[in-house]
Amino acid sequence: MTNAAVEADLFSRPEPALLEMHRLMVRARLLEERLIKMSKGGEGYFWIGGPGEEGFNVPLGLQVKKGRGPEFDFLHLHYRSAAIALAMGADPVDFLRQMRSVETDRFSKGRNFINHIAIPEWNILPVASTIETQYSTAIGTAIAQARLKTDAITIVNGGDAGSAEGDFHSCLVWANRPALPLPILMIVVDNGYGISTEMQTQHGEKSIADWAKVFPEMPGKEIDGNDAAASWSALEEAFSFVRKERKPYLLVAKTSRLHGHSSSSGANRVDEPDCLQRFESDLIARGLGDAEAFQKVRIDEGDALTEGRKTVRTEAFPKPESIWDDVFADGMPSSYPTKGRS
Amino acid sequence: MANIAQAIRMALHYGEEHLGVKEIFGEDVGPPLGGVFTATQGLKNSWNSPLDERGIVGAALGLAWAGSRPVAEIQFVDYIFNTIDLLKLAGNGLWASGGQWKAPMVLMSPTGSGIHGSLYHSHSFDSIATKLHGIKVVCPSNAKDAYGLMIAAIKSDDPVIYLKPKVLLRARGAERIPGEPEDPKELSKRIDAPVGDRSDWKPDWPTLTDYTVEIGKARVAVEGAGATVVTHGRMAPICERVAKEFAESGKGSVEVLDLRSLIPYDWDAITTSVQKTGRVVFINEETEITNFGEHLIRRLVDEMWDELDVRPRLLAAKATPGVGLSPSLENFTQPQKAEVEAVLAELLADQA
Repeated sequence: MTNAAVEADLFSRPEPALLEMHRLMVRARLLEERLIKMSKGGEGYFWIGGPGEEGFNVPLGLQVKKGRGPEFDFLHLHYRSAAIALAMGADPVDFLRQMRSVETDRFSKGRNFINHIAIPEWNILPVASTIETQYSTAIGTAIAQARLKTDAITIVNGGDAGSAEGDFHSCLVWANRPALPLPILMIVVDNGYGISTEMQTQHGEKSIADWAKVFPEMPGKEIDGNDAAASWSALEEAFSFVRKERKPYLLVAKTSRLHGHSSSSGANRVDEPDCLQRFESDLIARGLGDAEAFQKVRIDEGDALTEGRKTVRTEAFPKPESIWDDVFADGMPSSYPTKGRS
Repeated sequence: MANIAQAIRMALHYGEEHLGVKEIFGEDVGPPLGGVFTATQGLKNSWNSPLDERGIVGAALGLAWAGSRPVAEIQFVDYIFNTIDLLKLAGNGLWASGGQWKAPMVLMSPTGSGIHGSLYHSHSFDSIATKLHGIKVVCPSNAKDAYGLMIAAIKSDDPVIYLKPKVLLRARGAERIPGEPEDPKELSKRIDAPVGDRSDWKPDWPTLTDYTVEIGKARVAVEGAGATVVTHGRMAPICERVAKEFAESGKGSVEVLDLRSLIPYDWDAITTSVQKTGRVVFINEETEITNFGEHLIRRLVDEMWDELDVRPRLLAAKATPGVGLSPSLENFTQPQKAEVEAVLAELLADQA
């Protein structure tokens, strides 16, 4: 999809597109709920993810120029970004595989936590647990794109707490270098917390978006990320600016965090506004669906996950010696120490 | 003969012309300075970055993922420490993504002591670099190897940390680089930027050719039969000199292995030499505690115990928080020629 094809007003899009977007949000939500269940039920280990961010992340994923190489958008994501990948067409079963850490895990071969994805065909770089390093690596892919005649951009996505890290400020400085401004869409999803610490107790800035103000040509905007329509419009504006102007844009989306930080805090549902409920209400108000139809979507998506889980449970765990695969691109030197002992 | 800084510069020029290097960057790397040690003078794709080491490493990694083959610089290795987690990402990206994302990048940085650099211009990073698994680590000790290792690093599909022994950067090599003019004065005239205004200056590059030093292959710098020295970087030419003096004065026959690559290291070369000599000392200027040489000693003890005539030794830097400025402090902290002579005399004299 190119940006020219995107309508700024979400509800001016055709009904099938809106219902598909709803389906993707449901898919993302049910996937995260299933992953939490797997974590709690002993079918996986640690869970971390992004339930509550679907209203922002699905519109984001739908507006990506998807492909491989600098002529397409690069995505430096974090561990709450599953809905972005699902909106781009990722298979939810691949996430179940990573959660169970089986050898068929296409993101990391059973090596990494859930939602630490990597999809080279769509320029999704390896997601790392290190908070905010993606804002430093985003600089590099954006330099590659700034050298080309292309409308492709670099998208970097992280959380509010991570914006305290130096990498966030590195990205701001490098993206605004007069010598070579960079086409980076800097996104901060502000759910109000860093694990258990409230944002407002640690950050004096009124809005993280205000960091853009010191750069004369960098727009900064804060939106309600629980509102899918507002997210769609804001993303359309931001994508359009970066693609056309080849300069950075800082977009901050305030969202809920519906299951807490991770399984480390129990991952139970909390009472915060739900972007999916809100979108369904918006659709119903416009005559674009009803509770029964939405329930059918849930059942269909839930059944697909159940079938996927059955498949994944039959798949093998990685062979122990596979730890030596992919250490180096050209294979292991024969004399590399591999015993781990005397 | 070219010095190491000129050799690196020529290798980068070769990389620009033949190996697709389009981004050479770091603090003061571009014009007008061309690097604080002049290793990037006159290169068409060199540019200055913000004073931000994390940004430099992040940018290099992103460029590598985007299909470029960047060469970035940390101005002094003493300033690399705040980039460790980004270096870990560079090293683990291929593994973490199940083999899907390669990161062909070179990160070069001057390392070690010898320039009266005090606390923050004398550090070594060599041992720590070897703990960043997934990254290859090289360190030349002469101009020809500096050229060949840089070309190998650029060609590598893995991230490579290229450590430049800073005290040797002005040291002239004994062998010519392929394509280098015979007269060092001619080379200097053609590729060294003039002092003062250099805004209109352009280098006149010699016609250089491919010369690759395979990563992971050590060099037998001096052949010998009585004892083995395993070394690299700043200590290599010192050890070579001592070995030659020992041979000339009849004090003993010492073989010197210049590792050139720390990861992967040339275990075959080490074991072959030790099988011959039965005596070995590992010499480097990293601090003593958790020294890379300690790993090699441990492995040697495990795998070659019966072939060792005497206990293996380590000569390293003292484990202090820094290197003091005063020569009396620096020379006491960092291994010097006299200590190499002493440890070799002891090793050769040790009763089997």
